[in-house]
Amino acid sequence: MDETARACDSRDAVLEIGAEEIPARFLPGALEHIGREGARLLSEERVAYRAAKALGTPRRLVLYVEGVAPVGPPLVREVRGPAYSVAFDAAGNPTRAAEGFARSRGVRVEDLVTREEPKGRFVYAVSQEPGRPAKEALGSAFLRLITGMSFPKSMRWGDREFRFARPIRWILALFGDEVVPFEVDGIRSNRLSSGHRFLTKGMLEVTKAEDYIEALRAAYCVVDQRERREAISRGAAEAAKAVGGRIVEDASLLEELTFLAEHPVPLVGRFDPDLLRLPREVIVTPMRDHQRYFPVEDEAGRLMPAFVAIRDGLSSHLDAVRRGNERVLAARLQDARFFYEEDTKVPLDRYIEGLTGIIFHEQLGTMLDKTRRIEELAVDIAGKLDIPDAVRAVVKRAARLCKADLVTHMVKEFPELQGVMGSEYARLSGEAGDVAHAIFEHYLPRFAGDRLPESRAGIALALADKMDTVAGFFGIGIQPSGSEDPYALRRQIAGIVSILLERKVSVPLSWLAFRSASLFEKAGALKLPPEEVSEAILDFVRQRLRATFIDRGIRYDLVDAALGAGFDDVPDALLRAEALASASGTEEFWRAVTGYTRASRIAGTEDRGEVDESLLDEPAEKALFAAYTDAQDKVAAMVKRRDYPGALAAMAALADPIDVFFRDVLVMAEDEPRRRNRLALLARVAGLSRGIADLSRVVQAEAT
Amino acid sequence: MTFQDMIRRLELYWSAQGCVLQQPYDVEVGAGTMAPATFLRALGPEPWKVAYVQPSRRPADARYGENPNRVFLHHQYQVILKPSPEDVVEIYLGSLTDALGIDPVEHDIRFVEDNWEAPTLGAWGTGWEVWLDGMEITQFTYFQQVGGIDTRPVSAEITYGLERLCMYLQDVDNVFDLAWTPDVTYGEIQRQFEVEHSKYGFELADVRTLNLLFDTYEAEAKRGLDAGVVLPAYDYVLKCSHIFNLLDSRGALGVSERTAFIARVRALARACAEAYVRKRESLGFPLMAAFGVRSEQAEAERQKAEPQGGGASSG
Repeated sequence: MDETARACDSRDAVLEIGAEEIPARFLPGALEHIGREGARLLSEERVAYRAAKALGTPRRLVLYVEGVAPVGPPLVREVRGPAYSVAFDAAGNPTRAAEGFARSRGVRVEDLVTREEPKGRFVYAVSQEPGRPAKEALGSAFLRLITGMSFPKSMRWGDREFRFARPIRWILALFGDEVVPFEVDGIRSNRLSSGHRFLTKGMLEVTKAEDYIEALRAAYCVVDQRERREAISRGAAEAAKAVGGRIVEDASLLEELTFLAEHPVPLVGRFDPDLLRLPREVIVTPMRDHQRYFPVEDEAGRLMPAFVAIRDGLSSHLDAVRRGNERVLAARLQDARFFYEEDTKVPLDRYIEGLTGIIFHEQLGTMLDKTRRIEELAVDIAGKLDIPDAVRAVVKRAARLCKADLVTHMVKEFPELQGVMGSEYARLSGEAGDVAHAIFEHYLPRFAGDRLPESRAGIALALADKMDTVAGFFGIGIQPSGSEDPYALRRQIAGIVSILLERKVSVPLSWLAFRSASLFEKAGALKLPPEEVSEAILDFVRQRLRATFIDRGIRYDLVDAALGAGFDDVPDALLRAEALASASGTEEFWRAVTGYTRASRIAGTEDRGEVDESLLDEPAEKALFAAYTDAQDKVAAMVKRRDYPGALAAMAALADPIDVFFRDVLVMAEDEPRRRNRLALLARVAGLSRGIADLSRVVQAEAT
Repeated sequence: MTFQDMIRRLELYWSAQGCVLQQPYDVEVGAGTMAPATFLRALGPEPWKVAYVQPSRRPADARYGENPNRVFLHHQYQVILKPSPEDVVEIYLGSLTDALGIDPVEHDIRFVEDNWEAPTLGAWGTGWEVWLDGMEITQFTYFQQVGGIDTRPVSAEITYGLERLCMYLQDVDNVFDLAWTPDVTYGEIQRQFEVEHSKYGFELADVRTLNLLFDTYEAEAKRGLDAGVVLPAYDYVLKCSHIFNLLDSRGALGVSERTAFIARVRALARACAEAYVRKRESLGFPLMAAFGVRSEQAEAERQKAEPQGGGASSG
């Protein structure tokens, strides 16, 4: 069959898993899975097709396959048999071994093929299985796709044992105009779909796969998520514009709304402008997190008393929907106002004692205990960072207040406002602006890519809070493992690393981890000695740093080399890794690396005592010693200035003398004092890289 | 539509769906789920269909009758369908459209993920909050585990918040303004109850007495379990749970105490769940054949609705 004929015969195919409303947060992952696994299973089941895409709404997961050939590609099987010498005798006649092999593979002896291989000549049985009919192959692929799906949380329903995100209610499976027949837990595939829950009645019969998307559109279901996302984005912008504002953009809200409606229609609602006196976050949080509305702001970025909601339905009859939504938001905002007024009746520091009633972790005490530890640790950090006394007072005060808002009505009702309210209430209580700001900043970064604390006090506090959490949990034996990280400790470690790197904070990590663990030890809360806790933390930090540096485009072995020389000073480790990365472009670097690693292999990098000049008699060793003496001071001075590119260049200057040394000088001389002197010289040379990089980690085979 | 009219319409609707209409349980509960008609009946293999109003006490939500949305005692309408039928969502939506006259084309009805969990009951399920124009009116749950036991079959639980739903239907912003009948408001009936229970719960409840009551009820529940009477034992578990809620809202519990109380209630609830299943088994699961006519009917309907077999319609 030629390609044109095949294209003419090809039809589209579609699988639609109809379900009760699948949680919006599951859908992006589910569609990703369907796209990836769908493609894999189609080819595994030998379906010839042009393109496949995953589509979905809350009530349907869809794999749409374009251009499926009626018959899949033939399967050529090649099986290796005995060696030629075994299969054929000297006269070239097949032996009984050949006959037996051919019979077992179902081919004739004369059809056996001979292949030359590095290990000799072998016979092969080549058989060709005809392509599978598309309908049959699609059925297997679809069935496997459905039964292989997994979700963050799955469930059983009725009297079934089958699990899915939500109950499956129908399965549509078509190849052209034919049903692709199969059955999942008693649910048989068919050509029946279901349109929009409220805008159509009964089941919807789809004549052929090619009609599927338009048939659903006519039934008020926009199956393609990209189309819905675009409609919501454009519609919300227009709706906001109509009231003279713009929506506050929010990608994750847009994503969620895309998967909460099959036929999205935007509408504008309003609320009492008097409520705008509340802090912005207090208004925005219930709107966005609880009601899934877009807030609306004016050109200057000031909130307006309006919101954009996305309705699933028609653009008619909007009034009742609008009124209902306005009423719900009004009630929530009035609640928020009540909380705000209640909370501000007493100053923020009066809430501190209430922290005894909030548990941090059963074995680690209350939030008040945590607050006290944070205060002690943050003040110590400030000391290490040579922060001026005035700022230290800010750190101390902010540390004491930083968790107080957890006791307030507002944060109990809207936990996502922690820190935001603390900062706001601190200001209203007459605390210094720096203190209020540090309270907000100490939670930063809240997620990957979030902003980082800017102020010195905020940085000290953020580090103290995060390390306290990590050290506490590690100290009672709770560590992230695999995908298990219920207390989000990796996020805390990542936060510490980001702050140290981006804010160029050189607080010694081992000190920080150990000090933090010691504070728990003092309270008798540790199950492990603080040394072990600190070691375990540093191990996680190293993994995080390694990933971060590699993400920045530094070769993994150079990262390992830089971290191998220590990472107690995190920004310094980055400087060293970057210096290695840029030096690795030069030929001298690689020659120097060869030389240094050879030297350290023979002599180690530990000090072997002074080099005795009077024992140097070969010209090559004299030259190396001179070059070393010259480089040593330069390298030391440059390391002190953190000029690592300079230090590496100075070290590279030894490449030639080292080469000549190894060519001309016998290190393991008969004469014991000479031998020891030469080893001492090599150890000195190798030791130059100490504190910069562990060059033995550099993989030279990959030199460019 | 008055408050009582709304309840009456729900009763008629669910009665027509083949549900047993039970009356509110006579021991204090925090939610309709805790009544034996749900918590215990959801266990084991016997089918079950029930609907009832359940006055539910939540001491922490008491507001002296001054908050337009929060009350010490609210009313839930609780429905259990076990096993959950294939068309359970459509059946539920029928109650909104047919019984309450809500036209879904003119409104926005949404199913937003919400997975219910009750640590004191060792129970959890998956489901949704049902939103009507942005307001939560129903909690819809497929029980996966109850009293620490996997549910087989799975029950669907439908819980309407009656005050909220009625506020929507009557278009009022304050629960106390609801018309219970055309002549009497919700406030006229409930306000004194709200004020006095708020005062009792927040100011008067005697912590020592409550602690003694908890210990006594707990001991009595254990005694009942030991003697093989599950249902009286479970009543005392419910009393323990209510006393715990009172202590909690009174602010009388420290963190570790609170955790310990929850663990005590959970242990009792689990013991009751296990004892109940054993007891029903020893009785031969008496309800096994009940609701059978209805199930066969549903099965017949399902088969009728089922399309004419895959592949048969190829062109």
